[in-house]
Amino acid sequence: MVGLAASGGWLRRLLAAGFLLVAASAWAQAPSSCLDCHSSLDPPKKVTAEQFATDIHAQKGLTCASCHGGDPSKDDDQAMSKAAGFRGHIKRSQVPELCAGCHADAAYMHKYNPSLRTDQLALYKTSVHGQRLAKGDEQVAVCTDCHSVHGIRPASDSRSSVHPLNVATTCSRCHSDAARMKPYSIPTDQFAGYSVSVHHEAQAVRGDLSAPTCTTCHSNHGAAPPGVASVEAVCSTCHVFQAQLFDSSPHKAAFAAAKMPGCVTCHSNHRIQHPTDALLGTGPQSVCTNCHAEGDAGFKVAGTAKEKISGLEAAIESADELLDRAERSGMDVSQAKLSQTQARDALTKARVSIHSVTVERILQDVQAGTKLAEQNLAAGNQALADRDYRRWGLGVSVIVILLTIAGLWLYIREIEGRNRSRPA
Amino acid sequence: MSPEGSEGGNQSLPRRAFVRTLLGSGFLGSLLSFFYPVARYLLPPPTSESSSDEVVAGTVGELKNNTGKIFRFGSKPGLLVRTSDGSYRALSATCTHLDCTVQYRGELQRVWCACHNGMYDLEGRNLSGPPPRPLQPYEVHVRGDEIVVTRSRRS
Amino acid sequence: MLERVRAWLDERVAWNQIAEFLSHKTVPLHRYSYWYFLGGITLFLFGVQVVTGMLLLLYYRPTSNEAFESVQYIMTQVQFGWLVRSIHSWSANLMVFTAIAHMFSVLFLRAYRKPRELTWISGMVLLFLVMGFGFSGYLLPWNTLAFFATKVGTDMVGQMPLVGHKLMIFLRGGEEVSGATLTRFFGFHVALLPGITTLLVAVHLALVQRQGISVPPAIEAEWKASPAARRDMPFFPNFFLREMIAWYVALGVLGALAALAPWELGTKADPFASAPAGIKPEWYFLFMFQTLKLIPAKMWFLDGELVGLAAFGSAGLLWTLLPFFDREGARFGRKWIVGAGIFALAYMSVMTVYAYWAK
Repeated sequence: MVGLAASGGWLRRLLAAGFLLVAASAWAQAPSSCLDCHSSLDPPKKVTAEQFATDIHAQKGLTCASCHGGDPSKDDDQAMSKAAGFRGHIKRSQVPELCAGCHADAAYMHKYNPSLRTDQLALYKTSVHGQRLAKGDEQVAVCTDCHSVHGIRPASDSRSSVHPLNVATTCSRCHSDAARMKPYSIPTDQFAGYSVSVHHEAQAVRGDLSAPTCTTCHSNHGAAPPGVASVEAVCSTCHVFQAQLFDSSPHKAAFAAAKMPGCVTCHSNHRIQHPTDALLGTGPQSVCTNCHAEGDAGFKVAGTAKEKISGLEAAIESADELLDRAERSGMDVSQAKLSQTQARDALTKARVSIHSVTVERILQDVQAGTKLAEQNLAAGNQALADRDYRRWGLGVSVIVILLTIAGLWLYIREIEGRNRSRPA
Repeated sequence: MSPEGSEGGNQSLPRRAFVRTLLGSGFLGSLLSFFYPVARYLLPPPTSESSSDEVVAGTVGELKNNTGKIFRFGSKPGLLVRTSDGSYRALSATCTHLDCTVQYRGELQRVWCACHNGMYDLEGRNLSGPPPRPLQPYEVHVRGDEIVVTRSRRS
Repeated sequence: MLERVRAWLDERVAWNQIAEFLSHKTVPLHRYSYWYFLGGITLFLFGVQVVTGMLLLLYYRPTSNEAFESVQYIMTQVQFGWLVRSIHSWSANLMVFTAIAHMFSVLFLRAYRKPRELTWISGMVLLFLVMGFGFSGYLLPWNTLAFFATKVGTDMVGQMPLVGHKLMIFLRGGEEVSGATLTRFFGFHVALLPGITTLLVAVHLALVQRQGISVPPAIEAEWKASPAARRDMPFFPNFFLREMIAWYVALGVLGALAALAPWELGTKADPFASAPAGIKPEWYFLFMFQTLKLIPAKMWFLDGELVGLAAFGSAGLLWTLLPFFDREGARFGRKWIVGAGIFALAYMSVMTVYAYWAK
């Protein structure tokens, strides 16, 4: 060392710079002897620097010690000493309180993200998970089960386990596990049903992130199934009209009396399929006949409703067909085709008004749609009549042309009768 | 092309007159059936030509304040709204949720979709309900007593 | 009255001389004489195109934003617009057909022989101009089919060596088919091509008047053997009246086609959409299109498409110079030409049918 110190000033400066560089890089990474060891351990103790770097907490400057305590600047025993506040592995039952230590502190969270909610723990305590945990069941979900740990991404990140598109899969990790759910007697077909539902399709296929997933109806932190009485209120946050119509229909009182939940009774809760007209009426797939039988008022209404709606659909289809035919013969029917979209709108509305289970109400929309369809049918007929008029005009001109040709021919014969063809 | 008649090919006078009448009237008829459509064609029709980017959506005075109407823009519906201060707004009327036709609700001063209760404001921004995207706004100009709606042009 | 008009004209443009000259115009009569109608029908159809084209010009708008809508407007709002537009489209196709038929009939009747070589050459150029009319006019409605057919067609031009790319840019008005292409094609279609065509038609007709109508060699031989057998018909009024019948028939056919099979609008062209499956050019280009599809991508060391284009290019050139391969006394040349004619006709027909079949 003496030799080095004595050597030329430039070398010393170079070494100093190099040392500073190493020190600086170590400082910037927040000294973590934790990761030095834990990155080479086996799971579940394994945490690598790469993994932790993806964690939102790490990105905000928190370290292992922020949750686990201890002193990462020291090595081994001193790092994990009680004196340094080391907590070690956090017991599952302690996880919610640990996370809430920061996340329920509004003043603290304000420093990082003022728009984040801080009531997660309070909600959690009302949830089935929270209540069971309080009773000592450590098998239920705690924060880290859904949000993962050491690699937590914000919910807006599409790779996060709690991103709207991933929520159902996260819930299903437990809720589709028959062995796990057995002690609670909870069915495990929800994820399977949801995966073939229209809500899932809206999310996954149409990319509509506002489409409902598990947490939309069950809440995320306050996870609990909605009670029978409140299912309809949950669905009605989006399906407003259906709920309003249902509320003013005879079904409301009847369902309440029979302790049947609104909406779900006919549409299912998780396996919600796209409703077709086959659900109406009195046919084999009808939901009405689940309760109503031949002879009662409801049965009649079901039959009438189906008949009216099918009638409207048929009217729209026949207008479509006629308009297509007119278009193929070269006539312009773009105005009528535009009006057909409004007729189809009326059909959509009629299918919503079903929920009133009142014929007068359903007829309002059906009649509006039928009127439009009939107008468009008339337009199609007019177009075809125009086409026929053209053909008639053509017939006249062809006759005129034939007459002229006949005249020409006869005239030729006449003049050649007088002048025979001349030799060259 | 064989000759007709016995005396050097001469035909009887009535016969010749018939042929000339036939030829004349046929020729005249064909001229008429040519000139009649052409004459009608030359006069422009009452509805003026529409381009894909511009359309006359209504006339001044047709709409009361705080009401709206649906007009045709190409093959899609558009919504023309006269706000409560008398100015005009125009938007695409195809709801971005499931393509129903929206309408103007004066009492709410909002654009509303009757199918699933989607709400938009007068700029087309989707405010609540299922619609995932805003409605496309159009430009409105008043030309004389015509209200002209145009959309942004791209060649 | 007519007499006074004639006298007035004669004092100024020597009308009597012209009338005298025309009154001597005759048409040889023989078993192949019916083929003589084809040229006149083509001329008539050209006239129909000019008239209907000028009418369409009153409403058509040649920009990518408005072209499609203006054609839609013509078809649906303008009184008898559907008739004018459909006649224009049908007559275009009929004209290409009669022009090709006229060319083949001249070939088989060997009317291109001396002194009519220039008539043949001007006629061949006219045929190419007619196909240029068809190609440029096809884009004008700016629908999907037209857009992509033009793209494919100009792509092929771009394949030519050396000049290909520059020529393609000239045609397209840029690297891609766009509104600039439409403007250009419109200019070609209503100004450039009609100007050149009118001049050439005048030349072509003047030559025919000057040289008279050709007689096929077989008939020539027959008439040489027995001169009394020769028959001629005065053009005015006899042959002309017959031509009028032919023209009226063509008119009737056009009207029927317009009313019973109106030309479709299609969907507005979207340059950013992908080409629909099965894009094909119009029928008169199909035989070339199909040939190029069948040629393998590489032939020895040469690019397949290039070989095809070169083949068609040289075939076109040789075809135009046909009269110089069939000189008097060279019987060898004649057999080759007839053979080539039959082969070309058969090849074009088979390839066109095949192209439709193959989809």
